[in-house]
Amino acid sequence: MVLLELKNIEKGYPDGTQALRGVSFSVHEGEFIAIMGPSGSGKSTLLHILGFLDSPTKGEYRFDGKTMQDYAKDELARIRNKKMGFVFQAFNLLPRTSVLENVKLPLLYSGIKESLRNEIAQRAIESVGLSNRVRHESSQLSGGEKQRVAIARALVNNPAVIFADEPTGNLDSKSGQTIMEILQWLHEEKGYTIILITHETYTAEHAQRIIRLLDGKLESDTKIINQHRARNQFEK
Amino acid sequence: MMVQDSIRTAFTGLKTNKTRSFLTILGIVIGIAAVILMMSIGQGAESLILNQIGGLGAETIVVRPGKEPTGPSDIGQTLFANSLKTRDVEALVKKGNVPNLVQITPVLMVPGSVSFEGETFRPTILGSSGEFFAEVFNIYPAQGVLFDENDIRQNASVVVIGSRVAEELFASSDAVGEYIKIRDKKFRVVGVFPPKGQVSFFNINELVLVPYTTAQVYLLGIDYFHEVIIKADSAESVGRAVRDIEITLRESHNITDPKDDDFFVATQQALVDQIRIILGALTAFLSSVVAIALVVGGIGVMNIMFVSVTERTREIGLRKALGATEKDILLQFLFEAVTLTAIGGVVGIILGATLSFLAALVLGKILGLAWIFTFPIPAALLGLGVSALVGFVFGLYPAMQASKKSPIEALRYE
Repeated sequence: MVLLELKNIEKGYPDGTQALRGVSFSVHEGEFIAIMGPSGSGKSTLLHILGFLDSPTKGEYRFDGKTMQDYAKDELARIRNKKMGFVFQAFNLLPRTSVLENVKLPLLYSGIKESLRNEIAQRAIESVGLSNRVRHESSQLSGGEKQRVAIARALVNNPAVIFADEPTGNLDSKSGQTIMEILQWLHEEKGYTIILITHETYTAEHAQRIIRLLDGKLESDTKIINQHRARNQFEK
Repeated sequence: MMVQDSIRTAFTGLKTNKTRSFLTILGIVIGIAAVILMMSIGQGAESLILNQIGGLGAETIVVRPGKEPTGPSDIGQTLFANSLKTRDVEALVKKGNVPNLVQITPVLMVPGSVSFEGETFRPTILGSSGEFFAEVFNIYPAQGVLFDENDIRQNASVVVIGSRVAEELFASSDAVGEYIKIRDKKFRVVGVFPPKGQVSFFNINELVLVPYTTAQVYLLGIDYFHEVIIKADSAESVGRAVRDIEITLRESHNITDPKDDDFFVATQQALVDQIRIILGALTAFLSSVVAIALVVGGIGVMNIMFVSVTERTREIGLRKALGATEKDILLQFLFEAVTLTAIGGVVGIILGATLSFLAALVLGKILGLAWIFTFPIPAALLGLGVSALVGFVFGLYPAMQASKKSPIEALRYE
């Protein structure tokens, strides 16, 4: 089933720069896709559009069959909350706040009863292997651990898709490896749809399919035959 | 997002920035504390003054010569007006004229000092009836006696002195029976008042009381009185007595139009009302000056909220990306501002009450005033409401700015 679909998406800014010049592709449920391209190729702009954080100037983007215009502002917030998970390069955890509180943050906006929040958040933390860090403040964690907290936060509402924007960009190779291992596990074992943005070919090859952007246009859309196995790499 | 979540989020936000939160509320704390202090002191001053005036009794009526003063410049003409004379007193005493009159005394103020064997003191010298004075102020000589009607009729050179005057002139030795000099004229001390302190506008300890006839003829050499004090038979009949007094005096002075009155009648109630109005206006004025501090405090809150919004742009963006609506963000920042100022209000009320209590203690102990500490509950409630309102008013704009931030801009912000 098609989860999201782009048709001739263009995005221009008031200063005249054209970030996207007609991009079309679609993503099925359960796919693991990497979007690649050099800086300035429009990767981040594309992710913002995919995440309903920004609207295209031309073309049509459907998520779950609906466009951004079909929703009111508050409904967009609800879609982001319930159906999308975000992982950022800079982690974006709340400082001076515990791991548990950070992971609970999306639940605050989802109308889930307070009594249930701790349990749901604990489970998400467990799934990224940080049960022993629940009460730690985010600043006490290593970069790799922070990104795992961010993944737990993205998972906590059980979204339809996880958007990961350069999740290994601020990490050393070993921590990056762990992050990719988790994302791959989420995809294979839990069936999550994952859209990964990266500029590293090596990282991108953990996905099933790579979409390359160049100057705001789709350069290629290829399936990966020999997918990197994060665990295998890690064990070597 | 539920309201209790917004409040909790706001609290967490404030706790993570303790020093800044404290400095921000300082302006509110000082503003509210100052309002409480002003109101408490205002109330204390009012009850102090009203108690002292109350000492004179509600039945007391004062007749003064001249026109009723409407400003400070009119007081001089009252002091030098000479329209109240013996025949007026005689007319007032006549039974049919003022039926509610039970007692009457002319009063004269004599400038000058008293001396005894080289010791000199500058007291308040008053000419009055001894009996009436003692009754009105409820004070009787501790040693010796009061002068009586005979002394008044004979312009006797007798005097009753206050405790401080006795101390200054005679130290510890007995004053009764000694002769002191007032304006170089000899007077025999017949009585000494016990220590009493401030009553109405006199300090009785520093008083020298002589028969009013002696003061008028012998000391001042004038044919008029400075004021005439009358006691009515009850507080209820004061109004009627005042009317009777006015009619009697107009007749005695051949006045037909009340506008030409060369005297005026004051009652304790009128005085109390006047003082209440003056003190109320003063308190309101001071409080409104202090209220400016609250506005300044509010601007401080707004300033910090703006800094906070800018500083937490990333946090706002993140929250929005994770599903916070504009309303969620607005409420979060609004609650932060209101919580901040409400805490400031509570701290300010506690601080203000403490300071008022200390002020009451100092005024009572050091200045020897019968100062009563009053905690102004309406002012405290008002202060709390105002501080929360300040938070709302000055927090709204920054909170609106926060809620309007675009999540992309906010996430990109480093």
